Amino acid sequence: MKYLDEYRDPELARTLIESLRRRRFDRDARLMEICGTHTVAIFRSGLRQLLPARIQLISGPGCPVCVTANEDIDRSVWLAQQPGVTITTFGDLLRVPGSSSSLHVERSKGADVRIVYGSLDAVRIAREHPDRQVVFVGIGFETTAPTVAAAVRTAAAQGLENFSVFSAHKLLPPAMRALLEAEDLKINGFICPGHVSTVIGACAYQEVVDNYRIPCVVTGFEPLDLLQGIGMLVEQIESGKAEVANQYRRAVSWEGNVAARRLIDEIFEPVDCTWRGLGVIPRSGLRIRERWREFDAGSRFSMPAIQVREHAGCRCGEVLRGVMTPPECGLFRKVCTPQDPKGPCMVSSEGTCGAYYRFS
Amino acid sequence: MQAKTIQLDQGSGGRATHELVGELFIRAFRNDFLLELNDSALVNVENGRIALTTDSYVVDPIVFPGGNIGSLAVHGTVNDLCMRGAKPLYLTVGFILEEGLSIETLEQVVEAMSCAAREAGVLIVAGDTKVVPRGKADKVFINTSGIGVVPAGIQVAGQNARAGDAVLINGSIGDHGMAVLCKREGLAFENEIRSDSASLNGLVWKMLDAFPGIHVLRDPTRGGVATTLNEIAAQSDVGVRLFEEALPIREDVAGACEILGLDPLYVANEGKVLAIVPPEGAETALAAMREHPLGKDARRIGEVVADDPGRVFMRTRIGGHRLVDMLRGEQLPRIC
Repeated sequence: MKYLDEYRDPELARTLIESLRRRRFDRDARLMEICGTHTVAIFRSGLRQLLPARIQLISGPGCPVCVTANEDIDRSVWLAQQPGVTITTFGDLLRVPGSSSSLHVERSKGADVRIVYGSLDAVRIAREHPDRQVVFVGIGFETTAPTVAAAVRTAAAQGLENFSVFSAHKLLPPAMRALLEAEDLKINGFICPGHVSTVIGACAYQEVVDNYRIPCVVTGFEPLDLLQGIGMLVEQIESGKAEVANQYRRAVSWEGNVAARRLIDEIFEPVDCTWRGLGVIPRSGLRIRERWREFDAGSRFSMPAIQVREHAGCRCGEVLRGVMTPPECGLFRKVCTPQDPKGPCMVSSEGTCGAYYRFS
Repeated sequence: MQAKTIQLDQGSGGRATHELVGELFIRAFRNDFLLELNDSALVNVENGRIALTTDSYVVDPIVFPGGNIGSLAVHGTVNDLCMRGAKPLYLTVGFILEEGLSIETLEQVVEAMSCAAREAGVLIVAGDTKVVPRGKADKVFINTSGIGVVPAGIQVAGQNARAGDAVLINGSIGDHGMAVLCKREGLAFENEIRSDSASLNGLVWKMLDAFPGIHVLRDPTRGGVATTLNEIAAQSDVGVRLFEEALPIREDVAGACEILGLDPLYVANEGKVLAIVPPEGAETALAAMREHPLGKDARRIGEVVADDPGRVFMRTRIGGHRLVDMLRGEQLPRIC
């Protein structure tokens, strides 16, 4: 495929792997890929076992489904149970178990839950079904937030009174800060997400670098991107530097997508938000602004207080922080499998446990 | 047949049913066996073992680029027979029709079935029609059963793969699943992705004529190449190693999969055959495949190995190594 095959070239990959192997490491390089798509790309290409032993790749919290708190899943389930409500969302979210149910289970019981490929599809469904309240469950990082903001604006322009968004969007840089504040995490560098960075720009990591002296490299998703990004991080670690570098220049600029950021800012405002495994992180979520209140499902429906239950023994939180690998969890492969997932890291296509299960 | 849509009484067994059967099904599938209009067809078979199969088709949408539910039903059943080395001979067909289905659509489906059966050289010799109230079925469901004969000397089965065998495929993977998905979801790409739906008996017989010692033939339908190879690995208690760089994937299919976060290895095919062939016959079988229009892009995509019995691995393009697990649940498009 044009523009992709170039980044999968076996010869170049071998050269990059060889140059990493030739390096004389005097300490471990523990690199965290924050993004779930990176985790899957690493597994799919079998990259991990090609690296020298001292370079360790640690999977971080960058799967939007995995970090969605149980209470948000429970609220989505509650919304799906309301008469006259149609839930629209991305496929990944369907099977994630909440305290006692999932959207998938609710659909099998008769709830109207539909998979969409984009938030504008949800607006179209609302337009075609004026008799139903269509709620888009918005999960994702800065990559998806602009499209959801655009959906709100479109629904407003079309005068739709039956469309709203249940926003569980999250922002990545605050999570990186929370990770670095945690005592049990020992990492030497971040492989920063390509998708999110197209929106927030490489500049978003400057503050992390300045405050925590940790190298950050924005990296693409093809094997050569990852190899080159890892090489750039190792170079920084060896020379004692800490700066923001951008391997993914073909998609990511320093300042990012200014129009998309403006759109997020117009519709959403930052709010303290609960992350699974990381707890409440200040100003790490996105709430719909007062001005667009009518499109906020939280305002449109008076949701009852929900009693959240976590699955006993589920260690997704530690997996998300990178302090535990999935095989170390007592449930992994035994009672927690993709067919019957106990935690979100197993159910999501980009979840760390699911990737370990499927690829190794 | 006055009405332009299917009515409940056309499934009642009375005059309306007879009219539908006579004016549509018999006309389309016409042959001496069917024209007898008996409760079952008495058919002649050659000497050899009889292969029997049945399958139901509930695809949505019922019409997609490259075919419709009718042609798919014939192709699928013909392929299930020839994957055991059988020569498909006769099919039966059961229709479950939703009240209100347009007769024009049904005609289109039946015409495609008739055409597919003719091309595959099989006869549709018995059938059944039921009509269910609106909302109790989705437009049309089709069940097809098939019967064929396996000549002496052919031993094709999922248990027969042996270490050292070559894994061959007749062309690109994922075309059918992506064609249906794109049509269903209204996803438009620059070029329309077309299903590969086709009857493979001609191709399979060319392969078996060239090298009768083929160990396993399997069509990688739902669950895709990955799931099918896992099934074979388990049945034969062997390992399978795929070569990533050898996997044939059309550019448009690969692009659509990239965008949706799907893996083409798990996407359904309806005109593909995976052949597990002993090393001494691999080149002969491959050459025979390439001589047939449905096998012109055939290639070797992997090998059967003794280690890791029951599992499928892939040697990645960059020289890595990873497990290729069976599809679990359904592939769902990712968020970002």
